[in-house]
Amino acid sequence: MVHGFNALMQVADPNLPPVSGMAFWLFTIVKMLIIFTIYMVGVAMLTLAERKISAWIQDRHGPNRVGKGWLQPAADGLKNFMKEETMPGGVNKPLFILAPIMSFIPALTAWCVIPFGAPVPTRWGRIDLVVADLPVGFLFILAITSLSVYGIVLAGWSSNNKYALLGGLRSSAQMVSYEISMGMSTIPVLLLAGNVSLNSIINQQVWGGWNVINLTVAFFIFMVAAFAETNRLPFDLPEAESELIAGYHTEYSAMKFSLFFISEYASMVTASALMATLFFGGWDVPFTARDNIGPYSGWLSLLSIGIFLAKILFFLFLFMWVRWTLPRFRYDQLMSLGWKFMLPLALVYIVVIAAVMLGLSAAGIPQGTMYAAILGSANIIFMIVLFAILDRGRLISPAYGRMNPKEIDRMRRLDSRRAIAAGAGR
Amino acid sequence: MAIKVKVVERPVEDVSYIRATLRGMALTVKHLFDVNGRVTTQYPEEKSPISPRWRGTHRMLTTETGKAKCVACGLCPTVCPANCIKLVPGEDEEGNRYPLVFEIDEFRCIFCGYCQEVCPEEAIHVGRHYENSEYSRQGFVYDLQRLMDQTHPVCEMWDPEDPKGQ
Repeated sequence: MVHGFNALMQVADPNLPPVSGMAFWLFTIVKMLIIFTIYMVGVAMLTLAERKISAWIQDRHGPNRVGKGWLQPAADGLKNFMKEETMPGGVNKPLFILAPIMSFIPALTAWCVIPFGAPVPTRWGRIDLVVADLPVGFLFILAITSLSVYGIVLAGWSSNNKYALLGGLRSSAQMVSYEISMGMSTIPVLLLAGNVSLNSIINQQVWGGWNVINLTVAFFIFMVAAFAETNRLPFDLPEAESELIAGYHTEYSAMKFSLFFISEYASMVTASALMATLFFGGWDVPFTARDNIGPYSGWLSLLSIGIFLAKILFFLFLFMWVRWTLPRFRYDQLMSLGWKFMLPLALVYIVVIAAVMLGLSAAGIPQGTMYAAILGSANIIFMIVLFAILDRGRLISPAYGRMNPKEIDRMRRLDSRRAIAAGAGR
Repeated sequence: MAIKVKVVERPVEDVSYIRATLRGMALTVKHLFDVNGRVTTQYPEEKSPISPRWRGTHRMLTTETGKAKCVACGLCPTVCPANCIKLVPGEDEEGNRYPLVFEIDEFRCIFCGYCQEVCPEEAIHVGRHYENSEYSRQGFVYDLQRLMDQTHPVCEMWDPEDPKGQ
């Protein structure tokens, strides 16, 4: 056993071929089981983390009864299993049952293409720490995550409840609009990597610096869109407990409700993993460049998994921190942020980055420190201009904010015309 | 009739939401790490203090010999606005009155404390106590023995420095 462990941990030849044949199937199944288990336990612990963090932010203690609080997720899960499954009158039964499944599976499936560590060398060959190293990795994620809107829409529609329907409508509008900016924001990433496979995106970041420096604006757009895609505050309009009771899952109970809850956290984990992979170098150990060419060893794999987990946990904390700080957007603010600000910004940013990259390649600068520095400084300038504009409260106007005088004049004219028309009618 | 929209010109600091957001995030993270600022009372282990004049469920005080101080004068059922005290007086061989039956229906009681105020013998008291639970409604009809068995402190309407009220 110890011998086997040492064999696993030793430094190996970087050109080790990947495992094949029977071993491949075996290791894939093992990886799937491990990922699924860790993922589900992690999601359960996240509900505890959310409650603890929200409690601490609000000067409370949070759950501290069941096993000092640590067994709270288990207690919650048990409770949800024991509860009665209600089936409200007038629901569309097949869709009502399908909806939680539809929202749960995409969040889980996206994980199978995310690389979570440096390859492990074994006697049978190199094991890539990713369940399926698809060559179209990123496109797969975009395709799968866009499916999650169906779960919510179906839940809203099949519940035969107006609040649920409103939640479903809102979520379809919100998720579809933010998906576009999310996809657009990742185009610069793909431009830099020159490939859609997540492994090559990570490789590019190992050499060319993390994309958060190269593509800061894209990261911000992606982050905001990820908040919207996961229906987290400040974009939780589909649930909006103060307006829509619980939104799309108003009519759900017991484990079906729990499945929606799990899928929210699962998609949070997936979004965090994506942010870490696309913009924070994935499992890349900071300040080293040798982790991708090897020499591989078990220790390196463990370290890189740890690094990746740390990055994910940071983003999960960010999700919770933002949730317990910001209030919900108004619906029109949400739409204008998505369509009038994020989408044009993402489009402009693609052009800007493409131009800078063209200039850099014309100047003959290879991807590396210099390249990253130039891109980074271009980003800083872009960010300063952007925030200077954004900060003036013109783009998404708060209720008390400035209005364009022209707009006010237009509204006044419209109203007076209406008054004249009404007078003529009389 | 044109709408009058009042347009307030505010400084950038007021309309800026990036700055407001960052300030908010700083505030929440400050509270997140403020370990000593947690205000929740950990209830079963730790109880919030209650007023010395708290009027809770009743208690009947006893003499040194362990008998109820009550002399069955009938003042407390008379004064009780909720009519929750049931008293049947009895008399022993020496001619001393005592309560044969003394029951208080704690569900009917409105905890006004008149019984304690009116009692000439300082026998019946409302107590500084709030944790009451029973398996049945009948359990909330406290009989004499139950009232005597209570040990919780009593309401401070009664001044211990001046027990006879002189």
